[in-house]
Amino acid sequence: MTPALRIITPGLSTTVQDLGRHGFQRLGVSVGGVLDPVAFRAANRLAGNPSDTGVLEAVYRGPSFAVETDDARLAFAGAEATVEILDGADAERGETVDLMRSVRVRRGQIVRIGAIKRGATLYIAVEGGFAIAPVLGSVATDRRGGMGGWQGRPLREGDVLPLCRATASERDECRLDGLDLGAPHRLRVVLGPQDDWFSAGEIERFFAGEYTVSAGSNRMGMRLEGPALQHRHGFNIVSDAIATGAIQVPGNGQPLILLADHQTTGGYPKIATVISADLPALGRLPIGAKISFAAVTLEQAAAARRALFATLDGIDDKIVRLSPPPAAIAARLLECNLISGVYDAAA
Amino acid sequence: MLDYRLLPAGDTALVVEFGDRIDRSLSAAVLALAQALDEERIAGVIETVPTFRSLMVHYEPLAVSFDTLAARIGERVGTLRARETAGRSWHLPVCYDRRFAIDLDEVARRTSLTAQQIVERHSAEVYHVYMLGFLPGQAYMGEVAAELALERLPSPRTAIPAGSLAIAGRMSCVFPLETPCGWHIIGRCPIPLWDPARGAALLAPADKVTFIPVSAREYETLRTRAAEGVLRVEPVSEIAGAVA
Repeated sequence: MTPALRIITPGLSTTVQDLGRHGFQRLGVSVGGVLDPVAFRAANRLAGNPSDTGVLEAVYRGPSFAVETDDARLAFAGAEATVEILDGADAERGETVDLMRSVRVRRGQIVRIGAIKRGATLYIAVEGGFAIAPVLGSVATDRRGGMGGWQGRPLREGDVLPLCRATASERDECRLDGLDLGAPHRLRVVLGPQDDWFSAGEIERFFAGEYTVSAGSNRMGMRLEGPALQHRHGFNIVSDAIATGAIQVPGNGQPLILLADHQTTGGYPKIATVISADLPALGRLPIGAKISFAAVTLEQAAAARRALFATLDGIDDKIVRLSPPPAAIAARLLECNLISGVYDAAA
Repeated sequence: MLDYRLLPAGDTALVVEFGDRIDRSLSAAVLALAQALDEERIAGVIETVPTFRSLMVHYEPLAVSFDTLAARIGERVGTLRARETAGRSWHLPVCYDRRFAIDLDEVARRTSLTAQQIVERHSAEVYHVYMLGFLPGQAYMGEVAAELALERLPSPRTAIPAGSLAIAGRMSCVFPLETPCGWHIIGRCPIPLWDPARGAALLAPADKVTFIPVSAREYETLRTRAAEGVLRVEPVSEIAGAVA
């Protein structure tokens, strides 16, 4: 039987994601990919994967799934969530697992993830990744394009996701300490490309205002509520290309920040664009979060990008091996025939 | 020398804007610059996205700075020839029957034309592909005859079938996939415009498209052959770059 995870409940919107498809925007293909590349990388490295392996991204409420392989190594990174491992479908209570660590699960066990708190996203990596063929070089789910990921859509009850590995590799579990996955209240932006569609006074309002992430936000865009912004001359521009993080202002004046699954082109003026270094934090912001914006120069944005890369490169150094419990050591040595049973030794 | 503005779109993309209108000469400049930059392969440039009147350039700012890139783009724009880039010419079958053309009567009412006149005028044009966007493989083709140009419906539909042909202002679009849509639908094209397995779009910017009216029966035959993967769709000709 193919090693797999079988989805029991899908959560609110759980999708297969990686770093997305680059190089096809001119064909109308969105880049897509994870909302929080930092937590994504942490989950993968904890599971022992290359840092761009496909994972599950859960939003607001996590899935539960059954392990349908001899054993597997999982790792969880992202916002707060309760992760439980139950010994079968009838078990009422399970063992609670910390986030930011790897854990070994075995056939028949059920992993149950609850509400996701103090953030929007949780990443679930499995050692070896999913046996899913990439489309245009990526396994990211493109819901609008109906491609990639698992059948081009969020997971449903009964989906059986094939795994690349039938068993976990023999190694100690590990934990990741001291990685900041917080979301700042102030996002840094570069003005433009259509800041000239707004008066100086409106731009001032934008920077002085506090905005709340509103319901109706999704992987395409984050809707904000706060001071409405007036356009100088209408709100329809001749459609042009959109960069991730662009803050567009439609007719009602309430800004909308374009996220990973945004369409490639659009026709609203974009007052500013969130800098690349703040996109991971942007991806963590839950509905109800309060944010404001600060303008930075391209030089400051480049320095912030260097700092983000340093954080990503530093993840491996923050991973520490956990010593296995003594019983597990004895069991493993027995398996490896490095020691033999006491009974045998006396014979 | 062409006029243009450089606008930052965050710290990893910039916009080379030639104007703020839908205009064939602006489109020619955008597509010529896209081709020139693609051929130049500047280190740090990741991809370019041509639109009606501007080109977005995605780049890695730690490999090439905005200022360096701006200078290179300036050199390129300075040597651009004001020519339309070469494209291909396509004849795309469309069934304008009411069962697909769900807004044909509404378009007739709004334009005071008969259904037959609408089909005749829509299929009489040779459309220029300005850009692909919104959905994979979706081409924006213009211009639709002025008397057929219509704004959006009062409320958008939550889903229209793949292949639906719409009037979107002065543009015509065939939606390659099922999608929410607020435009008037006047027909359906049986030819797949997007191949996800190959990551290939049938149409490209600068191509020219003529819609050929077909019966519902011909539509079904073409649709079936397309679904079976035995439909070969070839351009009717290659067109050399014409002086814009």
